[in-house]
Amino acid sequence: MTLLLDAFTIVAVSAGTFFFVAGTVGLLRFPDTLSRLHALTKADNLGVGLIVLGLLPQATSLGMGIRLIGVWLLVQLAGATVSQLLARAAARRNGART
Amino acid sequence: MTLLPLYYGLLALLVIGVAWWTLVARETMAAVIGFIAYGMLLGLVWAGIASVDVALTEAAIGGGVTGVLLLRAAARLRPTEPAPHEKPGLVFRVLVGIFCAIVTIGLAVVVLFPTDPAPSLAIAAAEHLPALELGNPVTAVLIAYRALDTMLEKVVLLLALIGVWSLGPDRNWGGLPGRAPAVVTDSALTFLAKLLPPIGIVFGVYLLWTSADNPGGAFQGGTVLAAMWILAMMAGLRAPPAIGSRALRLLLLSGTITFIVVGFAGFLIAGGFLSYPAAFPKALILLIEIPMTLTIAVTLGLLVSGPAERDKTS
Repeated sequence: MTLLLDAFTIVAVSAGTFFFVAGTVGLLRFPDTLSRLHALTKADNLGVGLIVLGLLPQATSLGMGIRLIGVWLLVQLAGATVSQLLARAAARRNGART
Repeated sequence: MTLLPLYYGLLALLVIGVAWWTLVARETMAAVIGFIAYGMLLGLVWAGIASVDVALTEAAIGGGVTGVLLLRAAARLRPTEPAPHEKPGLVFRVLVGIFCAIVTIGLAVVVLFPTDPAPSLAIAAAEHLPALELGNPVTAVLIAYRALDTMLEKVVLLLALIGVWSLGPDRNWGGLPGRAPAVVTDSALTFLAKLLPPIGIVFGVYLLWTSADNPGGAFQGGTVLAAMWILAMMAGLRAPPAIGSRALRLLLLSGTITFIVVGFAGFLIAGGFLSYPAAFPKALILLIEIPMTLTIAVTLGLLVSGPAERDKTS
């Protein structure tokens, strides 16, 4: 059982890390602000989500598990809001959709 | 476990890389954003060497509040920003180079030739924790062993705020800080400013409360409270208060006043300035820390709001 949970952690955290790397590559390579934001928010949503999911079986207590989920929710909230604000600022600056 | 040195190596390289990027950034705004990232990374470094208290402070003050202050300053100074190709004079650059070299050499000497054994007050700091009814030695240093420093720190904060207020024009003295807020159209910001403060306020209070035994503290908690207030002001949900308001000024002073009152009471109940009686140290420590947290939160929020630029009526 422990082995199975450990394997799940390794797979989920690795997948989360993959999304972070992919998001970073997108941030560096994509041509305009909106597509860069798209890459970034994918990393936030899926990357952090998968890493938290992978870490959950390793939590030693219920409180720690709840805190992990709390971190995930707060990152979601911050990421979603900031990307909205940045996208609006970018749209205002360009005067049109990019 | 074998991967830890690799992690710290990469983190150190990243810190140096971001520091370099911040220094060579052409635009002030870009440099400030680099500085914020640098503060967050430094927080990770402090956490890595088991100084979680310092890590929290670095992330909250070094990255967060200083970052917002610098962002606002950069936004204001944008019209006067020199063109990217303009460079400061040769003498100025040479002087900066010399001073940076002195600091670097000094730090290198300290790190490369440490005294043996390294001076440490850790044992002395831990020794009296039970007498103070505290479990966190950092809190004990801040609120008991070096309480006078902590009190004067609040006075410095107040002086900084007076400095910021003095930048406003005379005719608006006592008025509302900052420019009139733009009409709020960003529903995402309004949403965040409504959703986050309840969570943030609980977390700020928790940081203060838990600092007795765990990493945290009045400054970190106060900063989180200030951030929630700033968020509500930025979203236009709460107007900043007039800086002439008596209630506001009382709040600004409450931390220092409580400190001084408890300090002088120490002569009567414990035999010295800022001494705590052996019977109830924890109650007095909380009595000082709660107004101090409020004072820190209000001062930081007003520092970010800036000098008065509008009349009370506008």
